[in-house]
Amino acid sequence: MTTFIGMPTTVTAPRGVGQLRGEQTFPRAARVAVGDAQLRQNLAHATGTIRAKRAAVVAEVDDWEQLRLAGQAIKKQAMAQLDEHLLALERAVSARGGVVHWARDADEANAIVTGLVQATGEREVVKVKSMATQEIGLNEALAAGGIQALETDLAELIVQLGDDCPSHILVPAIHLNRAEIRDVFRAEMPGVDPDLSDEPRALAEQARKHLRARFLSAKVAVSGANFAVADTGTCLVVESEGNGRMCLTLPETLITVMGIEKVVPSWRDLEVMLQLLPRSSTGERMNPYTSAWTGVTPGDGPKAFHLVLLDNGRTAALADRTGREALHCIRCSACLNVCPVYERTGGHAYGSVYPGPIGAVLSPLLTGVEDNPSLPYASSLCGACFDACPVRIDLPGMLVDLRRRHVEARATASPVPSPEAIAMAATAWTMSDASRWRRAGRAGRLGRLLARPRGRIRSLPPPLSAWTSSRDLPSPPAETFRDWWTRTRGGR
Amino acid sequence: MSGAEDGRREVLARIRSANRAAGVTGSTEPTAPSGPSVPSVPRDYATTGALAAGSVEVIDLLEDRLVDYRAAVTRCYDAGVADAVRAALDAAGARRVVVPPGLPPEWVPATGLDTVVIDDGSLSPAQLDEMDAVVTASTAAAAVTGTIVLDGSPDQGRRAISLVPDVHVCVVGAQQVVHSVPELLARLEPSRPTTFISGPSATSDIELERVEGVHGPRTLHVVLVIEPDDAA
Repeated sequence: MTTFIGMPTTVTAPRGVGQLRGEQTFPRAARVAVGDAQLRQNLAHATGTIRAKRAAVVAEVDDWEQLRLAGQAIKKQAMAQLDEHLLALERAVSARGGVVHWARDADEANAIVTGLVQATGEREVVKVKSMATQEIGLNEALAAGGIQALETDLAELIVQLGDDCPSHILVPAIHLNRAEIRDVFRAEMPGVDPDLSDEPRALAEQARKHLRARFLSAKVAVSGANFAVADTGTCLVVESEGNGRMCLTLPETLITVMGIEKVVPSWRDLEVMLQLLPRSSTGERMNPYTSAWTGVTPGDGPKAFHLVLLDNGRTAALADRTGREALHCIRCSACLNVCPVYERTGGHAYGSVYPGPIGAVLSPLLTGVEDNPSLPYASSLCGACFDACPVRIDLPGMLVDLRRRHVEARATASPVPSPEAIAMAATAWTMSDASRWRRAGRAGRLGRLLARPRGRIRSLPPPLSAWTSSRDLPSPPAETFRDWWTRTRGGR
Repeated sequence: MSGAEDGRREVLARIRSANRAAGVTGSTEPTAPSGPSVPSVPRDYATTGALAAGSVEVIDLLEDRLVDYRAAVTRCYDAGVADAVRAALDAAGARRVVVPPGLPPEWVPATGLDTVVIDDGSLSPAQLDEMDAVVTASTAAAAVTGTIVLDGSPDQGRRAISLVPDVHVCVVGAQQVVHSVPELLARLEPSRPTTFISGPSATSDIELERVEGVHGPRTLHVVLVIEPDDAA
């Protein structure tokens, strides 16, 4: 690679590996998703449930806003000195018998993990749910290396058994209801109870039976990390079911793959993060289990620990003045649950393992906006995501900024202006002169003819049909504001 | 391995280049001449809870929160720990019990049980799976979230023994209970293998409704050891 003096080199996540890009644009995928009545029903039920739980436990905390501000500052601080924090983390982990690996991209991370597993001689690994390993397509890479990866989180297990794709950061199987999950278990789980009911309790019990022996005999585990503390070298996994504890405790070798942005400077920072994350994520005061470990502890847990630090486009996001804030994300998924777009389309439409508002920002930043050009438009810009974000990421602002850049890039690349650019130029010309604007406003009343008889404009010819294909346009008023003002002097 | 060293060097170089490009100097000095400095963290959130550690009120809050997340809770005085532990084991039908090496032996007398195994680190996961229950002490607890912490001390044992058996009886002393999460973290030693436990294992993975009982112990029974003055 070439480095140009004075011009930063940014390297985005490579194509052809992992899951950060969809096969079709968001509007196309969303059109299919919103036509699926069962999917919409499942999503409305699940997101409605979690929104109510989150609101209740957040309301219990008097200093929630102060915690959000502190969380935002902690991540900002971590990013500003990311090189130093990662070096400190490496020193602390190494001093406690762990081995730190650095991966520039998905391919390099996959090769490192595959090599580490092969070196143990094992053909099977148990996995704790991890966004980073989904992002890089680790399971597929391991399979190519002759290693079977067994997902142990209940929702990941459902997705893996059903040969499906995750659709939510916290609950990858949110798109399925209990009856659909029961059907996946009955069809795909070896030795399943043929009379299995669709009660969540019975389904959880079935997962316990299915995985128990695998946990007890597993020799190698792969996990992610929710946080890593630079000054102590401590890694943390926040979970509910105990599958995380099983994987982090019982095997002989533990391999943790962590995005470089997960580092926090000090142990004390956890007093903020461990209050923000569970309440925002599962709507619990605290999740059932959090495991914290520092390197290797003789006589307790794995004898070998490898920590793989992953870039895969994160430094490209870091170089972006506004976009770098997306790296503050702690993957709670609160923004998904409050998003009116996510609630209707579900996660698959986004094409990336990171769906919802944070995905609409993070995915294009990791891949370059040219590879995910439609995602910044997958939002109504209502701002609910910012209000829900525990670390105050300005998601609406970043979406607008990405749209601006996409428009500018398109204008630079194409000699022919887009219809939108022509319309905007015409609008600017009209609005820059008072009499032109007045005439245009009066001319707009002609649209009333199109709106008859229902009072709404339901279809327009191309290119305006791009708007009316999925929305009605209200009928223009009989009188413009300026005419009304002249006539009534503001109603006085 | 020069390839590995290349990866490390290049990721670090990319980070430095990115921070420069974004106009972040990385300096902690507020008076740094070039560009914005690293923000300090406003810590005006509550770092101590309203309730005193070990107080009657804080114990009540801990019990309330534990019960809310489907843990069983009983209280006893110092002299009554053995009876309370036995009652908890009996309630769960546990006959085969494993304990960490540093647990006070008088807490779990073997009489009336099939076996009490003192863990010496040699039991395999499969052998631990033969056990009905584990009895441990604890390091600290936060009342407001109903969280109990084990850190691998001799009276708590290695992590596997409090994970594999299906019943966990955990003895918590009143003086170990603080109100808030910041107070809890301040009491912990980061380098120890630490497990934060808030109720029995659970999942919200089906329709985001919480159900208890997956891979971790399905029964969590907390024995709160209170001081006679606290008896209400």
